Amino acid sequence: MSSFFDRYANPTRFMRLATAVVPWTAAATLLLLGSGLYFALFDSPADYQQGESVRIMYVHVPSAWLAMAGYSTVAVASAFALIWKHPLADLVARAASPVGACFALLCLVTGSLWGKPMWGTWWAWDARLTSVLILFFLYLGHMALLNAFDDAARGARAAAILALAGFVNVPVIKFSVDWWNTLHQPASVSKMGMPSIDPRMLLPLMLMAVGYTCFYVTVLLLRVKGEILSAKIRALRLSLMQVANQ
Amino acid sequence: MNNYFSMGGYAAFVWPAYALSALVMIGLAVTAWWNLRVRERDLAKLRDQLP
Repeated sequence: MSSFFDRYANPTRFMRLATAVVPWTAAATLLLLGSGLYFALFDSPADYQQGESVRIMYVHVPSAWLAMAGYSTVAVASAFALIWKHPLADLVARAASPVGACFALLCLVTGSLWGKPMWGTWWAWDARLTSVLILFFLYLGHMALLNAFDDAARGARAAAILALAGFVNVPVIKFSVDWWNTLHQPASVSKMGMPSIDPRMLLPLMLMAVGYTCFYVTVLLLRVKGEILSAKIRALRLSLMQVANQ
Repeated sequence: MNNYFSMGGYAAFVWPAYALSALVMIGLAVTAWWNLRVRERDLAKLRDQLP
């Protein structure tokens, strides 16, 4: 375990690895989202109850999954930062947070656009909807704390503690539709062995979900690279100032 | 074709959902790439200043 981290969590080696991986994940993103959009918009059936509005599912559900995956990234990176004080972990949490926040926002907005024609309302204080709204606020709090202190290390520490405490919300989101009697429908995909979704709808949903995941990995790697370079720039500026003062 | 774009009467909900998703994701990708470029350039400039 620790030798694995010594090997790949070294910033220089991470930069090299990310540079090698990004073209592939970017290409996979384009291919998967391209074919996913084709099936989602042209070659999948309308729902027998919801009609054509069901096509919102193909952008709504993947953004919901990514909103939770993004928060899990932030929480796991925060745990590594707090426990092992790994320098890369703070940068990963900082890089992932705004991306996850964007997906949480997309999930809320596309859900609202789906809810209006189907439920007759843009918003309801339903357990699923409310817990995703809380997720969005946790992201905002995390980003605000990161920049709230003059000492960046203190900000990172405070944000990491918030991220870990807020992680309890992720299973609440997942199981909210089972625990409470929600307006939001329960999961259609995860019922293993008894698929409750038409295979012709499952195909575009899965293509979009894997495509969104590849997109997330690509953007995250680019952003972590950016954070590593920022740290190098800060260190270089500091040493240049010291040289100038001598 | 007009019939297709009307999305069975749900056009006002389906197309904004897709358009917003595309807008946000393209924005994320472009800013991530652009920030990286800017930082690479800044770092190269700083390295030139090193004695």
